[in-house]
Amino acid sequence: MIQLRVLQTHKTALANGARDGVPIGLGYFAVAFSLGIAARNAGLTAVQGFFLSFFGMASAGEYAAITVIAADASYLEMALVTLIANARYLLMSFALSQRMSPTTPLRHRLFVGYSITDELFGIAVAQPKPLDPWYSYGSYIVAIPCWATGTAVGVIAGNLLPGRVVSALSVALFGMFIAVVVPPAKQDKIVGLFALLSFGASFAASRLLPTLSGGTRTILLTLVLSGLAAALFPVPDNNETQKASGDNETSGTQNEVES
Amino acid sequence: MTHQIWLYIAVMAAVCYAIRVLPLTLLRKRIQNRFLRSFLYYVPYVTLSVMTFPAIIEATRTPIAGGAALGLGILLAWMGAGLFPVAVSCCAVVFLLEWFLVSA
Repeated sequence: MIQLRVLQTHKTALANGARDGVPIGLGYFAVAFSLGIAARNAGLTAVQGFFLSFFGMASAGEYAAITVIAADASYLEMALVTLIANARYLLMSFALSQRMSPTTPLRHRLFVGYSITDELFGIAVAQPKPLDPWYSYGSYIVAIPCWATGTAVGVIAGNLLPGRVVSALSVALFGMFIAVVVPPAKQDKIVGLFALLSFGASFAASRLLPTLSGGTRTILLTLVLSGLAAALFPVPDNNETQKASGDNETSGTQNEVES
Repeated sequence: MTHQIWLYIAVMAAVCYAIRVLPLTLLRKRIQNRFLRSFLYYVPYVTLSVMTFPAIIEATRTPIAGGAALGLGILLAWMGAGLFPVAVSCCAVVFLLEWFLVSA
């Protein structure tokens, strides 16, 4: 019986993940499409574009990789550029490690880690703690094929999709970011304050230091602002769990209402 | 081309995977250090906020549309809307505004 109930929970988690993966998949398809156009210009075939995205799972990181291929640079350079452009995923992986149950087996960690992206990480942290790996798998099953196929279609079809449709779809990702940040910001004033500070600092950095790539800007500001928040407003032992479970209650009810 | 595209992809894939999986597999226990725990508590929200703005106003053909999507998204999420409705509303407002503001 207990076994059955656990399976049922995983099934629900899988379904919830797949549902939340739909808007991400749509956004991914549009972004990957434009990435495919860049990949084609660098000499990649549709199949290569598909696997670039299947294994890369990163917009900025893959774009950087495409420029390396286009420049016919060394493999070492490819490794370094990939490391820098994707370094924020290292932070996200650390953060996610704290949201998983300590008993989560290695195989789940190997699979969940494979597709930590801005968006898929974003919806995973909005889930109740501890994170059920099956939730992530649900979102992966929908989002990863969209991303990889979008790239391949972009390589083949080029400028087929009207510009205004690409433009509209491209904000889907940001809409989801907003939906992840706002509920905890409403509950925890410090989170809200630092979300606003992040907006301001990110804007200032993009204007004052235009040579800084988007990925590097994200890493630097994340380190500085989260460090500042942690130093000035450390989360008390009990409070952290309370806060976290507070988030969970909200997202839990939302999920129930939606489904 | 002296370099193989497939080998480039393999190098990128290996580095990407290592970055994403190492912390998750090596760090199984709860972190005891209070600063580190607080830091990791704030990381997701700061990262997502940094990536949202100003990128959202640069992703659209006119910054007004991106700005409107940001405002509407915050408002709807504040009122309790979930991921999907917020994302779709943001897309819709951009599509509508650009229909009037941007030619073709």
